[in-house]
Amino acid sequence: MNTPLRRLATITLVMFVALMGSATWVQFFQAESLNTDGRNVRTLYREHGNARGPIVAGGEAIATSVPVDDPFGYQRTYSQGDLYSAVTGFYSIANSRSQLELAENDQLTGRSDQLFFTRIRDLLTGKRPEGAAVETTILPAAQQAARNGLGAQHGAVVALEPATGRILALVSTPGFDPNVLAVHSTSEAAAQYRALDQADGNPLRPNTHQERYAPGSTFKLVTAAAALESGDYQADTPVPSPDQLTLPQTSATIGNFGGGSCGGEQVSLADALRTSCNTAFASLGMTLGEDVLREQSERFGFLDPDLAVPMPVVESVFPSDLDQAVLAQSAIGQRDVQASPLQMAMVASAIANGGRLMTPYLVETVRAADLTIVSQTDPEPYSDAVSSATASALTQMMVGVVDSGTGKAARIAGVQVAGKTGTAQTVEGQPPHAWFTAFAPADAPRVAVAVIVENGGNLGNEATGGAVAAPIARAVIEAVLAS
Amino acid sequence: MASVQPHRVRPGRGTELLLLVPALGIGIAGYVLAGLGATGAVPPHVIAYAAGTTVLAVAVHLVLRLRAPYADPVILPVVVALNGIGLAMIYRISIAYAARGRADANIADRQLAWTAISVALAVAVLWLLRDHRTLRRYTYTAMVAGLVLILLPLVPVLGQTINGARIWVRVGPVGMQPAEFGKIALAVFFAGYLVTHRDTLALAGKRVLALQLPRARDLGPILLVWAASLVVLVLQRDLGTSLLFFGLFVAVLYLATERTSWIVIGLVLFVGGAAVAAATFGHVGARFDVWLHALDDEIFRRDPGGSGQLVYGLFGMASGGLFGTGLGQGRPDLVPFAYSDFIVAALGEELGLTGLIAILLLYTILVSRGLRTAIGVRDGFGKLLAGGLSFVMAFQLFVVVGGVTRLIPLTGLTTPFLAYGGSSLVANWVIAALLLRISDEARRPVPTVRAVATPDIGVPVSAPGRSRPVGGGRSTGRTGTPAVGTPVVVGSAPVRTSTVTPPDGPERGPASDDSPTEHLDHASDTDERGETR
Repeated sequence: MNTPLRRLATITLVMFVALMGSATWVQFFQAESLNTDGRNVRTLYREHGNARGPIVAGGEAIATSVPVDDPFGYQRTYSQGDLYSAVTGFYSIANSRSQLELAENDQLTGRSDQLFFTRIRDLLTGKRPEGAAVETTILPAAQQAARNGLGAQHGAVVALEPATGRILALVSTPGFDPNVLAVHSTSEAAAQYRALDQADGNPLRPNTHQERYAPGSTFKLVTAAAALESGDYQADTPVPSPDQLTLPQTSATIGNFGGGSCGGEQVSLADALRTSCNTAFASLGMTLGEDVLREQSERFGFLDPDLAVPMPVVESVFPSDLDQAVLAQSAIGQRDVQASPLQMAMVASAIANGGRLMTPYLVETVRAADLTIVSQTDPEPYSDAVSSATASALTQMMVGVVDSGTGKAARIAGVQVAGKTGTAQTVEGQPPHAWFTAFAPADAPRVAVAVIVENGGNLGNEATGGAVAAPIARAVIEAVLAS
Repeated sequence: MASVQPHRVRPGRGTELLLLVPALGIGIAGYVLAGLGATGAVPPHVIAYAAGTTVLAVAVHLVLRLRAPYADPVILPVVVALNGIGLAMIYRISIAYAARGRADANIADRQLAWTAISVALAVAVLWLLRDHRTLRRYTYTAMVAGLVLILLPLVPVLGQTINGARIWVRVGPVGMQPAEFGKIALAVFFAGYLVTHRDTLALAGKRVLALQLPRARDLGPILLVWAASLVVLVLQRDLGTSLLFFGLFVAVLYLATERTSWIVIGLVLFVGGAAVAAATFGHVGARFDVWLHALDDEIFRRDPGGSGQLVYGLFGMASGGLFGTGLGQGRPDLVPFAYSDFIVAALGEELGLTGLIAILLLYTILVSRGLRTAIGVRDGFGKLLAGGLSFVMAFQLFVVVGGVTRLIPLTGLTTPFLAYGGSSLVANWVIAALLLRISDEARRPVPTVRAVATPDIGVPVSAPGRSRPVGGGRSTGRTGTPAVGTPVVVGSAPVRTSTVTPPDGPERGPASDDSPTEHLDHASDTDERGETR
């Protein structure tokens, strides 16, 4: 019986070698794909088991991980969830994450390559790894002013520092409380997510940089810039401004706001902007041509699918292959022209900064748990949107808008504000979107801001950019200037 | 073999004691590290734990000194180490469960209690069972006991269906899986039955192609066990146990008859049965789906019968990678049944591939020592029993670990010594005790024969120590031995005159079929006959 016993021994050995082989297959060869499998919640749990770094605004943590006595070890907590929801996004076991929680995840978890040495040190000293702190560029006072200004209205406010591109305020309404999604009960978090996902106004998607709207008259800044850049126009160049403009090859006409006149058959470019004369800019657009307008809009940041702050920004659109009628409507920010509020803030900011557009950014510094700086964002030019001469001409024209035009509601005593209103028609029967974009002080701008209030906000059909959006922009500007 | 030197066989108890130090150390260190990793503090009762496990291990060691001094010195330390690793892992999981407020957070204490009971039973077996051949007298008792134990869960009231398998019996507060003990009973029955009937099974029957087919009436038992396995499979919905019984039977049958044809027949019957079962019964077919398409989202989310548990286990092992997360620092509590069926996944996660392979090597050592015992022991019954018990342990591990690592379809079985569960732990400690008992017999020197083996002496010298006359009254025949080292070709009649050490087993004397019961069945029933024919 010894021969079969020996064979049996060989068989058992083969079986054990096969087991070692299959264990190696799982734990070595397959490990990578298993670890990255979407259904593998272990990675998420492991992150929860570590102290996720805070998100900071103005020296205060707006998102922190608080130790709790449950299997996850830490609870993500948002001190002013609704106020900062467009900035922080949410961090949830059931629904993953969004905004900075997503874009800066590697830093917050401490898994970033930049934190390699910190990690090694933690490993050697046996310290539990801690994520890095992400310090934002947000100015809490401006954020709060924007939030207060929007109130219960649906809309968005973006404020930039023109010289650097720092995002000073990023508010989207309706916001949401990320705390309800950060709960550790997956069923509760999932239910909350469903509720928010179906809620009116899409609170989970920040209007500031993930939603785009017809920019309406605020787009006239782009058309005016293109005109000035062409060299054929100055601020005082007369442009045709009929009461009604019949669109070529159609029976449709473009009129002016309230059916009014722009002050004659011809007005200066500056006056056309001041009164937000539709017929003047529509005919100007047809004269300049599609390519000129699109090229100018691109230099302001339109048609850029890769813009990220670091959250990806929805691409703002200027259409192509336009017939004259559509081109005329596009020149005044209607039809297929679409811009995110961040995009319109960039337009104002480029004009404020002497024509040079700075790349907007939201993350100032990343600090390891021991407070050493891991990375710091340096301001970077995005493009030279317009020449400095054009910029200063536009600035003067925008000052006119606030001083004696459609944007008087943005006037601030002792400070020259440059702005542009917009009242963008939406679908038939819906109140218009109210826009206002501005910067101040006009001679040494410290803040550029874009405000949109969807569907007229509290004023509904009576709304204009000047009535609804301009006061919010003023409040934000005042908050920045006061700080 | 150039010459026969009367060499001293070392009982090995000193080696055993020495090996027990690291074996206990692994378990205790694991326990401390699990506490440190999971809670950041040394377990408060670690001194009591260390003392307790040490006392248990040393108790077995002392009993071996008294009752089985020649027992294999490696088996006990390996078992102690495995049991210790299992306790550490279960303790670690209990911490995680306690943190989650689960009701079954007391598994560590329970397993510790079961360890004490298991060791006590192992000691009892070693103390009371002086000679493993005694068990042969209970061949048919074992058969009845085995069948009763296997079928016990089917009894209404007694049996309980847990997680879809009816393999539990509950009497008052105590639940057990009788199949674990049925395994031992059947191993005894197979060994006893087959050692008696090996000739008829091996030699009678037609030869078809290269296969020696057995006669139909000899086919009876294998068909019976095949049917019994199917009953378990169908009525209890327990794939693992039916596979285990069948594997055990085929292995022992092969050992007894040395006929490959039996393995082929067994495999054909099994594959046939499995194919029919997979096609007929939903839960068997589902297992195959899960095995082949575990990561498909549809299979993953299927409920019941989805691959969720298996895939969570794979996720765990993958997160452990090569070196593991460290004891107490992974998330084994995310895998359902991480403390029982999936303890291998938990160990793989926290100890890594390295740790898992180390554990598999411990099993390799254990099984190889068991099979070595089978080769070394002189009586056919002992060979079959030791071989069967060793194989069933190896096979059980293969089925469990193979299932968890997706080498083969997943079937519910416990990992010997590691997994939580009283029945399993007790049964495996009893198996270890039986192997120790048989190994004592296998390694015990036979001085009489050794003396004869030295030509210079020429006269059989009866040695003190073992008073039993070896080889009946034919010892005189040994004087006229051929030169040492010349293989003796034994003729058709089995003659026990060879003083030459058979090819496999230099430390053994010639055949000493000294069990009286052996002669009743087969005067010629020795392994040497088989070796030299």
